[in-house]
Amino acid sequence: MRDLTDRALSTATVRGATYADVRIVRRLEESIAIKTGRVEGVASGETEGFGIRVLVDGAWGFASSLHLETDELDRVAAQAVRIARASATALRRPVVLDDRPAAHGTYATPLVEDPFAIPLERKIGDLLEADRAATRVRGVAYTESSYGAQREWKTFAASDGSYTEQEITHVGAAVEANAIEGDEHQRRSYPDAGGGWSAGGYENIRALDLAGHAEALAEEAVELLSAPQCPSGRFTVVLDPSQLYLQVHESCGHPTELDRVFGTEASYAGTSFLTTDKLDQGFRYGSDLIDIVADATAPGGMGTFGWDDEGVAAQAVPLVKAGIFVGYLSSRETAPRIGRRSGGAMRADGWNRIPLIRMTNVNLLPKPGMSLDEIVQDTDEGLYLSSNRSWSIDDRRLNFQFATEVAREIKGGKLGRLYKNPTYTGITYEFWRSCDAVGDERSFRMLGTPNCGKGEPGQGGHVGHAVSGARFRNVQIGVGKW
Amino acid sequence: MTQRHDGDGWLAVAERAIALATAEGATQAEALITAEDSALTRFANSEIHQNVAETNAHLNLRFVIGKRVGVASTGRLDAEGLRAVAEAAGRIARNVEENDTFVSLPEPKGPIPDLPLAFAAGTADATPELRAEGARAVIAAADAAGVVAYGSFATTTEALAVANSLGIRAAGERTTSQLITVSMGPDGGSGYAEQASVDATTIDAAGLGREASDKARATANAVSVEPGDYPVVLEEYAVVDLLDMLGYLGFSALAVQEGRSFAEPGRQVGSELVDIWDDGADPLGLPMAFDYEGVAKRRVSLIEQGVCREVVYDAQTAAHDGVRSTGHGLPAPNPYGPFPLNMLLGAGTSSRDELIGGLDRGLLVTRFHYTNPVHPKLAIVTGMTRDGTFLVEGGRIVGPVKNLRYTQSYLDALAGIEAIGRERRCLRGFLGGAVVPAVRIAAWTFTGGTEH
Repeated sequence: MRDLTDRALSTATVRGATYADVRIVRRLEESIAIKTGRVEGVASGETEGFGIRVLVDGAWGFASSLHLETDELDRVAAQAVRIARASATALRRPVVLDDRPAAHGTYATPLVEDPFAIPLERKIGDLLEADRAATRVRGVAYTESSYGAQREWKTFAASDGSYTEQEITHVGAAVEANAIEGDEHQRRSYPDAGGGWSAGGYENIRALDLAGHAEALAEEAVELLSAPQCPSGRFTVVLDPSQLYLQVHESCGHPTELDRVFGTEASYAGTSFLTTDKLDQGFRYGSDLIDIVADATAPGGMGTFGWDDEGVAAQAVPLVKAGIFVGYLSSRETAPRIGRRSGGAMRADGWNRIPLIRMTNVNLLPKPGMSLDEIVQDTDEGLYLSSNRSWSIDDRRLNFQFATEVAREIKGGKLGRLYKNPTYTGITYEFWRSCDAVGDERSFRMLGTPNCGKGEPGQGGHVGHAVSGARFRNVQIGVGKW
Repeated sequence: MTQRHDGDGWLAVAERAIALATAEGATQAEALITAEDSALTRFANSEIHQNVAETNAHLNLRFVIGKRVGVASTGRLDAEGLRAVAEAAGRIARNVEENDTFVSLPEPKGPIPDLPLAFAAGTADATPELRAEGARAVIAAADAAGVVAYGSFATTTEALAVANSLGIRAAGERTTSQLITVSMGPDGGSGYAEQASVDATTIDAAGLGREASDKARATANAVSVEPGDYPVVLEEYAVVDLLDMLGYLGFSALAVQEGRSFAEPGRQVGSELVDIWDDGADPLGLPMAFDYEGVAKRRVSLIEQGVCREVVYDAQTAAHDGVRSTGHGLPAPNPYGPFPLNMLLGAGTSSRDELIGGLDRGLLVTRFHYTNPVHPKLAIVTGMTRDGTFLVEGGRIVGPVKNLRYTQSYLDALAGIEAIGRERRCLRGFLGGAVVPAVRIAAWTFTGGTEH
């Protein structure tokens, strides 16, 4: 590989780049989709190519190709430089990168069982067993079960001498049951609605025990058809990790992306209410219980790696400390603008995309004291919400509205009857300030999403969120009419 | 163009892949190749900050043994890559159970119409300098208005080739371009403009810049209004979300077959003013002659005078219902079913002023943000307004209001359409292109507010 990366960097610098980096990425994917007890689709895919990013006259250019050949490396490097020169015709603030030590070394996701070495029929069999357990439940209209694995070999080299090689492996599996009657369509999923993804090997899939959970979740989907509508009003709410991780993702992860704060996503996904003046002021983001960290070293997280796609070493960056907003997800370009060093959050979705600031593993740290069960026992009256069904948040990440698959009544410290179609809404910082209990280590687990959308052209990000569940007071439940 | 084959060249590669699959024991095989040269220039804070280009190609091979189906894909399209992908797809097919719902790959049904208007040299030859010129024109308009410009200018040339062992042969090149811009003012104002076109040289960058900048000025110092039910005028940028969501939730034959769609032939779901159809050949949109299974797209009337008519089919859903595919298949494996990629909403007779003039007290909405279904079967969707929301009283715009959250049945919205604009815009939806007018709707349920 080194001869190829050297060639690309040499051509770019000879053409006028003051900085250049190149990533050669090979991605292998496998997926299994099962619907109502039958194998609907099994696919494997492989893609390989390279992307060259250059700075010329303080402006960025990026070009990429799947043809990994010397001539093409030269053509694409020259194209990147030409693009950068075009960028420079509409430039007001030349790019300045922070210093970082040149990156060298290798990294591989720790795993026990290589998911690509497990025989396909065994993986299909495991998933079928879970899916059919759900399908057998009377009243289930259809089921959908999925398995996926992705491995990426990534070589990064930069004109400052950096050279790293990484092998990242992610797996996911989930089962979902749907029940339909008239206009009512109810769904329950396990382990979460995002596909149960994590970093590691097939041991992660076995640990999910999909088959052991499938029947109960299918029964709950059917039961929801005749469950009462979730009441509206102000309630105490306990969020299960299967919902809380997405709350963290949308209302803390995205607004702490420093490129958003500086407006570079404004025309697409929006900006952020967490402007830099709030960092200086020590803005109260949440209650004293809220500690949120972006940790690219957390075991099992899809945001775990050795170096980001700018060659910055993985690290843990505090975002919120005891409820106070203290930091951002950042890059070599954005961090110096607030007088800091890059937090190492730049990642690209494959060889044909530029790196953007992405969440690593944005985790809500557990609090010693009460387990999630004990938080429920400590709650006189409220609702326990599980598994995301719908999400939406405004373009500055303030007003959010989530729907979950199910709500369970909490009365006298015990879980009671089911409610269907729960929704809750709020303003981000008001919601997090209303948190008065966070679960301890016993329910702390790593979840995540493999399809975090950002950027133009669109990129899907694999990000992690470890959470333990939490309680919030005076939350608005129920919106809309049905 | 930097790709090494045009559509017919890619077809020859697809045929080689089928031959290899057949030699590997496939009883049927389908090769889909998508090859793309695309570029996007992105600007923010009135300067270009990202600027990218991509040369990519992809082969998707569907390998069938009886009722066993395997799919493998690769970016390696040389002889070794084709052999490897045929082996991988065959290995999968031999290891999966039979799929009872699989009947056959599609068979050829006559020639695929040529759509010369789907391709424009102005897009295929677009340079970084052309895109930068577009960005500068938008920025100049923003500068003149005293606001700041954000946005992107994208150009794509896509070659699509599909061949299967039953004789399907479809190949063609198409181009698309899109410029979007958000302008933001110092007093919280924000405006939006967008244009999509087959031909990048027809994009009116300066005009889009002025439209967004004028709106950013007009939305400065917005005030709050109470959530509740309001009659609304939705501009074209908001209307495209209605079509996208209805396409996703209901216009697919698979959604009907699984019982999760609202669509039933003969069911009145919209006002009599509403005609929605899908037409890959309409030059007003972003034309596409055939689908990802190589089946010619036919015009499908989805809603006619407010009444559900047809839904779109791919080969598998068509076999289930004993009908022909309408040419709306997506690449295999596809658990989502067919999708209408070229929707149009029929134009009405009202000017923009007449639409707004019909609001006694209501809201004018530029566009929606982050929409998501809350209750799929009732098509209840939540989302936010963005980049220009105005209070209208006595048929006149009174002033800007802060953004609102809504939780609204899009079916009720269709039923409440009172008037439709006579001008239409070609816009990008989340999967394809759409041609839409502005509309006035009797009631829209806003359920919350935000700080800007």
